[in-house]
Amino acid sequence: MSEALQELASYLGEVRGNLISEATLAYGELNVTTTNENVIALLTFLRDDVECRFVNLIDVCGVDWPAREARFDVVYHLLSPQQNLRIRVKVATSEFEPVPSACGVYPGADWFEREAYDMYGILFTGHPDLRRILTDYGFEGYPLRKDFPTTGFVEVRYDDEVKRVVYEPVQLRQEFRNFDFLSPWEGTDYVLPGDEKAKTN
Amino acid sequence: MTEHNVRNFNINFGPQHPAAHGVLRLVLELDGEIVERVDPHIGLLHRGTEKLIETKTYLQAVPYFDRLDYVAPMNQEHAFALAVEKLLGTEVPIRGQLIRVLYSEIGRILSHLLNVTTQAMDVGALTPPLWGFEEREKLMVFYERACGSRMHAAYIRPGGVHQDLPDQLVEDIGKWIDPFLKTLDDIDELLTGNRIFKQRNVDIGVVKLEDAWAWGFSGVMVRGSGAAWDLRRSQPYECYSDLEFDIPIGKNGDCYDRYLIRMIEMRESAKIMRQCVDRLLGDAKVGPVSSLDGKVVPPKRGQMKRSMEALIHHFKLYTEGYHVPAGEVYAAVEAPKGEFGVYLVADGTNKPYRCKIRAPGYAHLQAMDFLCRGHQLADVSAVLGSLDIVFGEVDR
Repeated sequence: MSEALQELASYLGEVRGNLISEATLAYGELNVTTTNENVIALLTFLRDDVECRFVNLIDVCGVDWPAREARFDVVYHLLSPQQNLRIRVKVATSEFEPVPSACGVYPGADWFEREAYDMYGILFTGHPDLRRILTDYGFEGYPLRKDFPTTGFVEVRYDDEVKRVVYEPVQLRQEFRNFDFLSPWEGTDYVLPGDEKAKTN
Repeated sequence: MTEHNVRNFNINFGPQHPAAHGVLRLVLELDGEIVERVDPHIGLLHRGTEKLIETKTYLQAVPYFDRLDYVAPMNQEHAFALAVEKLLGTEVPIRGQLIRVLYSEIGRILSHLLNVTTQAMDVGALTPPLWGFEEREKLMVFYERACGSRMHAAYIRPGGVHQDLPDQLVEDIGKWIDPFLKTLDDIDELLTGNRIFKQRNVDIGVVKLEDAWAWGFSGVMVRGSGAAWDLRRSQPYECYSDLEFDIPIGKNGDCYDRYLIRMIEMRESAKIMRQCVDRLLGDAKVGPVSSLDGKVVPPKRGQMKRSMEALIHHFKLYTEGYHVPAGEVYAAVEAPKGEFGVYLVADGTNKPYRCKIRAPGYAHLQAMDFLCRGHQLADVSAVLGSLDIVFGEVDR
């Protein structure tokens, strides 16, 4: 499997090297990085070229890296049933920079891009119907961003007086527990209270 | 002849409709009885699984996978376990692999039994679900005897499986197979040649192979359109390459072909189960069921009573959990509904940085508009039934 991917990587480098920023092989999987402008050309090439034939769109999803300037990765997983290979295409983008939609290349990209928009706020240009998909009607915020709290901002309950469901700011009876088990064994980036006294000369 | 003012109808199908297979809301635009547009509204069962997994350790994430496709829980856990093992580089011993395969196939039969029989119910037959559910109940007892719970197993864990199976259980599974094939024959007789069932399913929801690939279909949906594609054969994981089974494929890509494939797949699964049972009672009768790497798999109770080291490891593994090296992997299994994949991004800590769950039903459901356009209203439920949708995995 790895040799075939290696071959594919060098083939892509030769034929469409201008579309690819980086190609790496890790854990037996091929990662290809590209840019906003080139992604559609690359996906079309991967789908149509006889050596590739990545006709099956497996997945499109976002990944959030808040520390980076272009904080999101849009990750496409493709499968070639003819070559029996998988490839991962990644595009980095920011909150305001839209990515061209892959719906024209793979009609199946529709809902996956809607989900990425819903969860991360990644914008796709040329998408036929970029609405929220998984969250509630009228939901605000992008829940899978790292700065969105796991508990969310609003909670819902049925109000017997107004005879309908009402939204209220979330109230926690107990603080959300997120234990830092990484503490002393693996080394921390902060000093544990008392540790400053321990000096081994 | 008077002119009538003809207008299109918009109707809501679900979310409380028995043929919606859960909480699907379809907004249908109808011209008379012909469907002009389908707009599925999903997310009514969205629980934020991916966000929750990011705040839990790798072991704590396992039970969330049971709650995705809740008619075949262990197949999902399997995908997650494979992803974590790929990052950790852990090998599962043969007995563990056989148990995983055995229970994956039980899951496949659980799911197909539910789908085939409820699809029949959607088009008007009431008896098949009653017959099918009896067998499902027996299979769930096997789940319960392995892990203590009928559905939410948390049994397949990174590194192997949680506990060994008693021999009696493996024997009982072996004894279940033959009567089950008999029941399957009965259901077959009831449905396959049935005139009403064929009228409702043949040539309905036809998908061409190239469309199937482009829409991101997998599993039965591409096999029904004629692709000999099954991850168990084409990209084998565990010990599937040593096992003997056939991949049925369809010719017409309609609902009826998909039904036939599911029926044959259940027989093939029974064949795989038979081989696993024979090996679990034969050459793999004894041996570890999970990896011997003490840094990933917690020690046995007996060891903890005698060894300080084991006690420390137990404590550490159930509080902090193990650290997974940084990197990203995609691992997929052939779940009953199609390719169920987990895209895992690890940052070197004890919690996944990102865990994207690729549910087959999600890709299938988005093609509802493409599949139903131009069909009759009554065909919508037949197409929906043959897509095999479970909302746990679609909404996540």
